[in-house]
Amino acid sequence: MDCVATGGNVKVLAKAIHSLSRIGEELYLEPLEDGLALRSVNSSRSAFACFLLSPLFFQRYQTPSDQSFRCKMPIKSVQAVFKSLASLDRSVEKCRIQLNSEKNRLTITLHCKHGLLKTHNLSYQECEGLQAVFDKESCANVLQAQPRLMVDTVLHFPPSLEEVNLSVSSDRVWLRNHVEDDADSSRAMMTELCLSSEEFDHFAVGSQTSVTFCLKELRGLLVFAESSGLPVSLYFDEPGSPVILSVTDSVLEANFVLATLSEDSHPKNHVNTKHPDTEQPPDDFMSDDMDSFLIAMETSELPVPSHVPTSPPRPTSYRKHSFSEEEEEEEEALAEGPPNKKFCSLFFGSVLPTPSHLPNQTMQSQEVLASDSEDENQTETS
Amino acid sequence: MPLSTQSQADADQYILIASLDNARNLSNILKAISLRDHAIFNATQNGLKVTVEDSKCLQANAFIQAEIFQEYIIKEDAVGFQVNLTVLLDCLTIFGGSTVPGVCTALRMCYNGYGYPLTLFLEEGGVVTVCKINTQEPEEPIDFDFCSTNVTNKVILQSESLKEAFSELDMTSEVLQITMSPSHPYFRLSTFGNSGNAHYDYPKDSDMMELFHCTSEASTCKYKMSLLKPSTKALALSCKVSVRTDSRGFLSLQYLVRNDDGQICFVEYYCCPDEEVEEE
Repeated sequence: MDCVATGGNVKVLAKAIHSLSRIGEELYLEPLEDGLALRSVNSSRSAFACFLLSPLFFQRYQTPSDQSFRCKMPIKSVQAVFKSLASLDRSVEKCRIQLNSEKNRLTITLHCKHGLLKTHNLSYQECEGLQAVFDKESCANVLQAQPRLMVDTVLHFPPSLEEVNLSVSSDRVWLRNHVEDDADSSRAMMTELCLSSEEFDHFAVGSQTSVTFCLKELRGLLVFAESSGLPVSLYFDEPGSPVILSVTDSVLEANFVLATLSEDSHPKNHVNTKHPDTEQPPDDFMSDDMDSFLIAMETSELPVPSHVPTSPPRPTSYRKHSFSEEEEEEEEALAEGPPNKKFCSLFFGSVLPTPSHLPNQTMQSQEVLASDSEDENQTETS
Repeated sequence: MPLSTQSQADADQYILIASLDNARNLSNILKAISLRDHAIFNATQNGLKVTVEDSKCLQANAFIQAEIFQEYIIKEDAVGFQVNLTVLLDCLTIFGGSTVPGVCTALRMCYNGYGYPLTLFLEEGGVVTVCKINTQEPEEPIDFDFCSTNVTNKVILQSESLKEAFSELDMTSEVLQITMSPSHPYFRLSTFGNSGNAHYDYPKDSDMMELFHCTSEASTCKYKMSLLKPSTKALALSCKVSVRTDSRGFLSLQYLVRNDDGQICFVEYYCCPDEEVEEE
């Protein structure tokens, strides 16, 4: 394997790695015909990120002779190679990634100014592929926004906030912090942000939905998107189905897949109401046993990069409801209580993908999906 | 100036008087060698030499020539004492280090001789502080016996490029390996850490390389990372550094430091190679 990235792309590569470090502890590397795939997953398997750098991203791209080479390594060791991020574009001219299979080392060489050469020989572990099964095409709702908008939005939520709730109606988007069932409502701080559909480059809402997902992992993508200036696309369905955040340009594609809270049919019932048979699959992952996890995982083809919708002409501005009316609606929704808290590790495991199934596979057909959500939504009625 | 209103009688008793308009010209360079608590001061007609040692394997020296001082009076051939360097630095920076241009701490350092404390008169903005620091019997600094005739390899580099390398060094590595060779890789710093090894190569024709002098043999020596890491402080202050190894594998790092007024001072580090001990 021999890949060479030059100029500004070295910094993009470094930022991708730093972005992935916000998700998991390990970096999974897989050189494919389509490009270099860099992936990471969190320990509870509820967040997955993948950066696919196409061969055009590189000045030189050569896959290893062994077609099925896949490895993983602690992400901190790779981050150490690109330590001084700020000075990377000033000092590094070229970055070369080579595989030394005899010594089991991945060699990353940075050719810097003044003839300085930095060589890092990192040890890696060969492993099975890591791939979340998701399909952006099948998502009912698609939003696309400039990264600045998302960064400014997220800024209003405290850094300690774990989960955020995203609700959409036909012309508006709400972001709220998600409060625990047992939290004292008089002491909890509620933050709510409402954005009109005009703020988005693309706004396609199939049906009113409300999904809750982890904010921390989202921030990792936003940092990358902001520095690259690329718009961020959000794909989501109903609660329980993952939210997919995507940043694409001609030479790279980044997908962050985050699990969402599944809905409970009886929101006020705090006891875990999941059916016994659906409880089993999440337990496999909760025990974090790598062996059983690896056995369960199958390598799969990467999903076909979805077509990023071009921004439609902006709708004319108008308001349906006055602000006070909306407030009342929010309160009503909140009074029902937040959904039963249990993130499902949705993506990995027992599904055996076949090429014919993959592109159209939706979350619903997965055995491992533990959501017993009924179709009723928790969003306020309009 | 308040410092000059000391009585003449007091002044007569001192065997060493050194004054600076800007105490930072002393404190900055002492920070570059502040590895341990105790420092050995050795003052001669030429100036001040301050030595700090670590576990008998590493020695750091700072040289401040007599010309740097606004006033330098020494009444004996050599004046030596030992003080707590941490306390001395705290006193020198007692006014907190103002960043307002033109405002700096003035220093008058006085010593009566054996058994007397080191007296510091510090003044900033009309406020005078007097500090008396107890002195101890000076220990004899180790003589690393590093002479030019034994030097096998020598390089002089601009500090800029080395600073980046030192700041990125893999601290999980126990040793820092320095290779100097007449052929590729010329000058190489290597670490062997938990995630793998890393090499920083400086070619001999790099514009950062001011001098490259290697004998016919390549030399590779390992030094304990914990001993060499503190030298990063000296590196940060310097504009040029010379790296020399001798036939025994001993390392000499010499840093050229320009102080606030553009005057030149030197800092040097001597380090023993890390011998691998055969386990019985």
